[in-house]
Amino acid sequence: MYNSKYVISGLVIFLAVFSYPFWGNLASKDYTGPKLSLPADQKQCIEPVEFMRAEHMTLLNQWRDSALRDGKRVYVASNGATWEASLQKTCMSCHTNKAEFCDTCHLENAVEPYCWTCHVPPKGNE
Amino acid sequence: MKRSRRQFLKVASLSVAGLGAQLAAGGVTKAAAAVKPSYKEDALALKAKRWAMVIDTREFASKEDFDACINACNFAHNVPEIPGKTEIKWIWKDAYEHTFTETTNKYQSKEIEDREYFMLCNHCENPPCVRVCPTQATYKLENGIVAMDYHRCIGCRFCMAGCPFGARSFNFTDPRPYIKEINPKFPTRMIGVVEKCNFCVERLDEGKLPACVEAAPGKIHFGDLSDPESEVRKLLEENYTLRRKPALGTEPGVFYII
Ligand code: SF4
Ligand code: SF4
Repeated sequence: MYNSKYVISGLVIFLAVFSYPFWGNLASKDYTGPKLSLPADQKQCIEPVEFMRAEHMTLLNQWRDSALRDGKRVYVASNGATWEASLQKTCMSCHTNKAEFCDTCHLENAVEPYCWTCHVPPKGNE
Repeated sequence: MKRSRRQFLKVASLSVAGLGAQLAAGGVTKAAAAVKPSYKEDALALKAKRWAMVIDTREFASKEDFDACINACNFAHNVPEIPGKTEIKWIWKDAYEHTFTETTNKYQSKEIEDREYFMLCNHCENPPCVRVCPTQATYKLENGIVAMDYHRCIGCRFCMAGCPFGARSFNFTDPRPYIKEINPKFPTRMIGVVEKCNFCVERLDEGKLPACVEAAPGKIHFGDLSDPESEVRKLLEENYTLRRKPALGTEPGVFYII
């Protein structure tokens, strides 16, 4: 091979840089999710936490369609409890701290939902 | 080892099928573990086949009479008070000749001509606003209410052009700074969407009469137009009433006792 000295060292450097995300992460600490401020007086959300974490937007979309189009404004949760299908009246009455609940996680995940251009966040968190 | 094309295709298709089956099975178990949504109506919800409103215009004289209703509606729905041409109106008052444009006789009762009249969305039976909305952001419910889903409104304003009653307003600016006191139980709107009276569908669904009706007891009546025994039907039988622009055929659901 011509210039094997340069080619091989070039390849080694390239591979080292290219695979940085892998070995860089191995060396660093484990990722920890953001610290959210949770309602102090509640033990659990309306549905299991894994479901809420992954699917809350789907659920809110269903709430909207059910309330506005079908006039069915009562949500029957999987444990049988009933809730008013309303972001402001139900969700935000427990999650009164939008900045340290919604925003913290959305920021971490680089999503910018525009719920709050219309929906009113709880007082004191504007 | 040399593979024939045939062998290769066999192996490849089997592995794709296997992968697909695994994904599908995973998907199914995941869906089964997920939450099954179920919704129902509030037990208190007020129901009707065709909601209608009867306004006793003889009962509204002073500014306070009108303001009681207007303020109740504005607070209930976070309606901003924007001065000038970009104003937002859900319920407002205007002169006789602007309200009943088709019934302006040259010589008639001075008292009736000088009275002021409430205007709001008529929740028409044949609503042109619904026909022209390209996104179905505005739609007619089974109970006759012409409702809106602000999430879907793209601000094209076809509905404003379609409505012959001027019942719809457009948000030319962010309305929030113009809302005196924000009601945390109802959303506001944002710049670029249209809004209007919703016959208080959110209140009816939880068993309450509309805010303007509640603010004017005995002056504005609300009930089921399809029920001959209802209060509104009795009032229509006993009193002379007008509707706005009846010749257009939109069949308004707001009646005025003259
Ligand atoms: S009054 Fe106007 S906005 Fe209301 S239903 Fe009739 S056409 Fe639509
Ligand atoms: S029915 Fe409700 S939304 Fe319509 S004008 Fe009256 S208070 Fe406002």
